[in-house]
Amino acid sequence: MCENCDCRQGEPEDFSALVPVLEKYGKTRGSLITVLQKTQDIYGYLSLEAIKHIADKTGVKPAKIYGVATFYTQFRLKPIGKNLVMLCKGTACHVNGADLIEEAISEFLEINDGETTADGIFTLNNVACLGCCSLAPVMMIKNADGDETFGNLTKDKAKNILDDIRKRELNEQEAAG
Amino acid sequence: MKVVVGQGSCGVATGAKKTTAEFEKRIGAGGLNVAVEKTGCVGNCYLEPIVDIYGDDGALVSRYVQIQPEKVAEIVEKHLKKGQVVQDFVISEEDKRFLASQERIVLRNAGLINPESIDAYIAVGGYQAIEKSLKEMTPETVIEEIKISGLRGRGGAGFPTWFKWDAALKNRGESKYMVCNADEGDPGAFMDRSVLEGDPHSLLEGMTIGGYAIGAEEGVIYVRAEYPLAIHRLELALEQSREKGFLGKNLFGTGFSFDIRIKAGAGAFVCGEETALIASLEGERGMPRLKPPFPAAKGFWQQPTNINNVETFANVPWILTNGGAAFAAVGTDKSKGTKVFALAGKIKKGGLVEVPMGLPLRDVIYGIGDGIKNDKGFKAVQMGGPSGGCIPAALIDTPVDYENITKTGAIVGSGGMIVMDETTCMVDMARYFLDFTRKESCGKCNYCRIGTKRMLEILERITKGEGKEGDIELLEELAGKIKDGSMCGLGQTAPNPVLTTIRYFRNEYEDHIYKKKCTAHSCKPLLTFTITDACTGCTLCSRKCPVGAITGERKQKHGIDQDTCIRCGKCEESCNFSAILRD
Repeated sequence: MCENCDCRQGEPEDFSALVPVLEKYGKTRGSLITVLQKTQDIYGYLSLEAIKHIADKTGVKPAKIYGVATFYTQFRLKPIGKNLVMLCKGTACHVNGADLIEEAISEFLEINDGETTADGIFTLNNVACLGCCSLAPVMMIKNADGDETFGNLTKDKAKNILDDIRKRELNEQEAAG
Repeated sequence: MKVVVGQGSCGVATGAKKTTAEFEKRIGAGGLNVAVEKTGCVGNCYLEPIVDIYGDDGALVSRYVQIQPEKVAEIVEKHLKKGQVVQDFVISEEDKRFLASQERIVLRNAGLINPESIDAYIAVGGYQAIEKSLKEMTPETVIEEIKISGLRGRGGAGFPTWFKWDAALKNRGESKYMVCNADEGDPGAFMDRSVLEGDPHSLLEGMTIGGYAIGAEEGVIYVRAEYPLAIHRLELALEQSREKGFLGKNLFGTGFSFDIRIKAGAGAFVCGEETALIASLEGERGMPRLKPPFPAAKGFWQQPTNINNVETFANVPWILTNGGAAFAAVGTDKSKGTKVFALAGKIKKGGLVEVPMGLPLRDVIYGIGDGIKNDKGFKAVQMGGPSGGCIPAALIDTPVDYENITKTGAIVGSGGMIVMDETTCMVDMARYFLDFTRKESCGKCNYCRIGTKRMLEILERITKGEGKEGDIELLEELAGKIKDGSMCGLGQTAPNPVLTTIRYFRNEYEDHIYKKKCTAHSCKPLLTFTITDACTGCTLCSRKCPVGAITGERKQKHGIDQDTCIRCGKCEESCNFSAILRD
């Protein structure tokens, strides 16, 4: 650990969970995206360390992995909060006021698109289309329990949903001491 | 008796899982001999969660709509226990029309069968087409049947399916690949999702028939990572299909082997373009390349590859079972069969609709969709997503087929149909789509990468009230150059939403630029908020105003200082007396 803060820079990360992934896909040509997806599933994001580790094990150059990771919107290079709020910005949602919902969420959580709340409970991500257009405006919230879609949002409805999650998370934290 | 709950993504989003759990709980507690099953999206998304009750003879007894968990008890007590139909929850005659006026080939099983059961698919005649193809037909006669049907690619371009298959069959390679493009990227489209979630086996069967026709042994489904339920059901379907011997080695003892795997996309709109999709399948950045060589000659791993869209494949088993001629009997002279549309936006009854090609837009929007939400004025319908365009109200009698829609400047595309009313600003719509294509441009061609950015900047200026003379002409000039200077479909079609809105709604652009007005009252920087005599002086708005622009004594009419006002609209939202006017 470095002396100035509590970041773990310089400390070797534990990539043992990646062993089966790399065993299965590491040497199969064309499976870089799959490897990155599985890595993100395990760690929540792609750290620079993880990219270097994958490069070491697969022989693909780190620059190339970085190129692929930054090309696709699914990949994140920064950690995310416990609940990923994916706000749909598809055409039907746009026509039905998705921008207003975004305003309300940003105001309520005090974060913008792509940011994470200070308490680490939420990350907000605008997404292209969730495909639930008849229920526009829509958002999907992803967390350890899976994903849930909420439709026919209004500003208040969106805020209430997030408020409920926040309360639940805080209660759990309290219970866990 | 059985209870079937619609569990597509739309249904689940409205609480179908909780409804199902409630049924299971109450049926269990009552000791009733009633099965609870799930099905895919039936299409009436606005009525979800939908619950069907089937009798012992397998016939549909009642369809209940908008069944939230709290309504379950009444259905169990009255219908399941005493056989009394709960009339209050039954689908109305009017809503039945939503389905009755459609013709279903692609969605033939959606909302009817359990998508997680291969037996349910077999019971409705599934996997007969592949058996017939393998045992009674040659690859050439399969392709001939598809040629007779006149089936054209449903992904957007409308290219004849038989032609692509024929080219892939004739090209030689060490191995060949059959790829399904399930990377439904158009914002505002969910046709493929519904097929994947509601009838995954029809896709697998269609792909296997295609694989046989071109001589491929391996199939790949490239599906969006944003569709977790679709991926889950596809995985189940693949497993079941292998178990039953519909996928794997030596199918039906004919010596033909074929298997399919799923590849989850990672989120890039450009991967809808076939060469970009292939690059992505190979684990690379999804960037298109020049054609020729076409994928039919050099595709996945440089081998002959055929790529079709989900809906195209879902048509194939039906065509082989019923004959190409039966398919060709539906639709118009050049556009055969049906097309599935995702009807959404400012429409009363949104959902999935499947209609014969050539049906006028009016019949879709008013006949099936029942017109515009809140009975506002119909302004335009957007078709073809970011590659398409806006068709104005004046052209509402345009028949929906490839040729006629293309004439309007839009495209049939993959099937998104977003209805807009008088409160939708067309300049803002153009800005929205340009923002999308600008973000999704892969960056390979300068015109697409930089040109879309420049167009977006101009549109942003116009919607902020900073438009200037010559902007419209500059947009048109840039549009032409981007179309000419881009290699793939994304860039070549990116200017379409701008061009069609300029063509049909030039006056709106001019109002924004010269009068600094947004007639749809949608572009905030161009709005003026004023307080009318309906104001009771409750002071709520002045407390909500973030910049203190609203002044006035309690119980006196308030006023807004226009110089201070930032046009956020908070006053309008908070007012309980509709006393805030936007102009």
